[in-house]
Amino acid sequence: MWLQLIQDPNLRWILLGSIFLGLSSGVIGCFTYLRKQSLLGDAVAHSTLPGVALAFMITGSRNLWGLLLGALGTSLLATFLISYVTRKSRIKQDASLGIILSVFFSLGLMLLTIIQHSSRGNQSGLDKFLFGQAASMVRSDVNTIVIVSIFLLFICAVFFKELKLLCFDFEFAKGLGLPVILLDHLIMLLMVIVVVTGIQIVGVILMVALLITPATAARYWTDKLHVMVIISASFGVISGAIGTLISANVRNLPTGPVVVLIAVCLFVFSLLFAPKRGLVVKLLLRKKLRFLQQNQLLQQELEMEAKHEY
Amino acid sequence: MKSPLKVKNLTVAYEKKTVLKNISFEIPEGKLIGIIGPNGAGKSTLIKSILGLVPSLTGTVEIYGKIPKMQRNLIGYVPQRESVDWDFPTDVLDVVIMGQYGHLGWFKRPGRQEKELALNCLKQVGMDSFSNRQISQLSGGQQQRVFLARALAQKAQLYFMDEPFVGVDAVTEKTIISLLNDLKEQGKTVLVVHHDLNTVKEYFDWVILLNEELIEIGETKKVFTKAYLQKTYGGKLMMLDAD
Amino acid sequence: MSTDFWIILIGTLVACSCSLVGCFLLLRKMSMMGDAISHAILPGIVIATLMMGSRNSLAIIIFASLFGLITVFLIQMFQQSGIQSDAAIGIVFTGLFAIGVILVSLFARQTGIDLDCVLFGEIAYAPWRRFSIAGIDLGPQALWTVGPVFLLSLACIGLFYKQFKICSFDPIMASLLGIPVLFFHYLLMALTSFTAVAAFESVGVILVVGMLIVPPATAYLLTEKLSKMILISMLIGTLSAIGGYYLAVFLNSSISACMVFISGILFALTFLFSPTHGTITKKWSIRG
Repeated sequence: MWLQLIQDPNLRWILLGSIFLGLSSGVIGCFTYLRKQSLLGDAVAHSTLPGVALAFMITGSRNLWGLLLGALGTSLLATFLISYVTRKSRIKQDASLGIILSVFFSLGLMLLTIIQHSSRGNQSGLDKFLFGQAASMVRSDVNTIVIVSIFLLFICAVFFKELKLLCFDFEFAKGLGLPVILLDHLIMLLMVIVVVTGIQIVGVILMVALLITPATAARYWTDKLHVMVIISASFGVISGAIGTLISANVRNLPTGPVVVLIAVCLFVFSLLFAPKRGLVVKLLLRKKLRFLQQNQLLQQELEMEAKHEY
Repeated sequence: MKSPLKVKNLTVAYEKKTVLKNISFEIPEGKLIGIIGPNGAGKSTLIKSILGLVPSLTGTVEIYGKIPKMQRNLIGYVPQRESVDWDFPTDVLDVVIMGQYGHLGWFKRPGRQEKELALNCLKQVGMDSFSNRQISQLSGGQQQRVFLARALAQKAQLYFMDEPFVGVDAVTEKTIISLLNDLKEQGKTVLVVHHDLNTVKEYFDWVILLNEELIEIGETKKVFTKAYLQKTYGGKLMMLDAD
Repeated sequence: MSTDFWIILIGTLVACSCSLVGCFLLLRKMSMMGDAISHAILPGIVIATLMMGSRNSLAIIIFASLFGLITVFLIQMFQQSGIQSDAAIGIVFTGLFAIGVILVSLFARQTGIDLDCVLFGEIAYAPWRRFSIAGIDLGPQALWTVGPVFLLSLACIGLFYKQFKICSFDPIMASLLGIPVLFFHYLLMALTSFTAVAAFESVGVILVVGMLIVPPATAYLLTEKLSKMILISMLIGTLSAIGGYYLAVFLNSSISACMVFISGILFALTFLFSPTHGTITKKWSIRG
């Protein structure tokens, strides 16, 4: 049955879109993870909603470029506001994230319901942006995702060395004269772009999971950045592809949650069974350490007893 | 007379690395004791593991003959200033009153008695005029003194202090050391993680030299010598006036 | 009692409940944990509704709140095993929320919960879903879930105020003084879960998250005393509920979303003009 599905040319295109999305979010997710900005992705994703709604209200059309431009606008504004609030007041970053996330998202929902209650409402199709619906993508949508993803990956490849230094040794990078603030902003920009392209497949609410989960899972397998990026991208691709396949074939099932679930399964597997860092392995190592320690103490006491007997 | 603190075979490891190796010592009562060692030697960790704030792999700790958990009323603690968020909405008096929560049980609220004791402790550190000041408005030295007052409010016998002299002004430093000497006169014991080698001889009766392992422990005049210090700091030390 | 009144009252109760808990979450830098819990209870609510039918609110509250506690436990476990702390939160709540959304999509008919309800709740319909004992109408059902939870939170926090305060300010000192820090941590998380579950059906996820974070943050910029912060937060929440309702009526939009939006406006005004912490107020005082 599955083979038959892949024969469907429309589904093949959609799958391509999901694969490229998984690829780029897996890669960029590594950088946001290492820079400890994982939840920023959540705020960014939620804050795209008012932009999408506004773009629809202004242009009156569902043209993807218009919607994405709107999404880009509000999410960049949100990113700016989050750091502004954190810098200029005693409010800490976690609360700042939460505030911008809820307020922007609520604005988006407000606008969405106004649109839905209006005459053009039912044709807006905007609610697919909430939980994602890969199956409703058309060929031009997929083209957009593929082009943008390739562009993002290209930028990551060009700046890979600098980004690697930034992630693993911030102070050293600063000392070398690297423009660390600009690089951080670059990562944030890449993240915003991947989120904006991804919201139609995975949805605003769960997009962040595609950024966080594959990268975190990959972290369990290696300490090397280029390996982590490859593994994370693979996990992203697998989650995107399988999630899309399943949701395209079950009625009323949005794509977002299925993709997330696959990603989480891959994560749990990594958590348990990765060599060196997997839980199973760590448990065995701790037992060994304790055993050695007590062995050493025992040996010392035996030596002391031997001395006293003299 | 039981020793205020007896440590046996204390080992602390973090991930795969040992931070403290097989530490054993005993200290006498009524002394000011400095814990000295290079960065990363495990000085803070030593205090934290004694107090049970950090898990230890092996070892036992006895405070006046019993495990620390059973001697909470005899222990006072002054942590590093960074351990707390000073933007918290509360005032100086409130922080010092918190030191007495251990005596109040589950349901009792702090009352006039607790307030008076707190003001008293603030007076001892010279901060009683600040009692209604918001803690976000305090300088580094003032923050340190508030922590000290809170520890005093714990009415303990054995005090642990983690780098209380770091980044404080001269007035605060004098206040703290004079207070420590008062405590000593009352027969209390104070263990201080200290960073400044130049003031060790002046401040402390005893020293504990630490670098993952216990290098030496004893009276300052006997133990705080060039030879032992070289051993502690691994030869990276240049002292102009060792004895 | 007009429908306006009931809706505003329910919104106010949710806001006050959330303020009680949200202030402590904010001070402990656990705002996103509140966000996580509010999302992660969804599968619990769906499963409980499937098992027990949607009338049995008490059972749903207890069962779904368990999911809230499981969330906290899982997140901590992951953080301790070396996962970056933000990522741990993100993975757990999106995973559980995803399960919840799938369950909702598959069982919408049986549970009467659909995705819109998840986000916005049904606060507009709340006045008509009544609660009655022995045939006596006691008011909207939502009142009888949110109300008792609010009173419970009030009682717990009132009784253990000093413990919650010190555990938020200096948990290390608290544990040295013999206060069971872990117990109070889980108590706070349990109260957060109860609040989120009780409010969920009537107001949906966004309002819960919004009210847990935004009014407390606003109050944080207005006062230096914890007790005042909680009261001001409740006041701001109430104003948001009132303002939000009338805005929704005016715009013909979602009531829950408007309530959060108004709280955002109040936050922005406070951020700029707070007498002690406002950015613009500070600029004026430097010049003057």
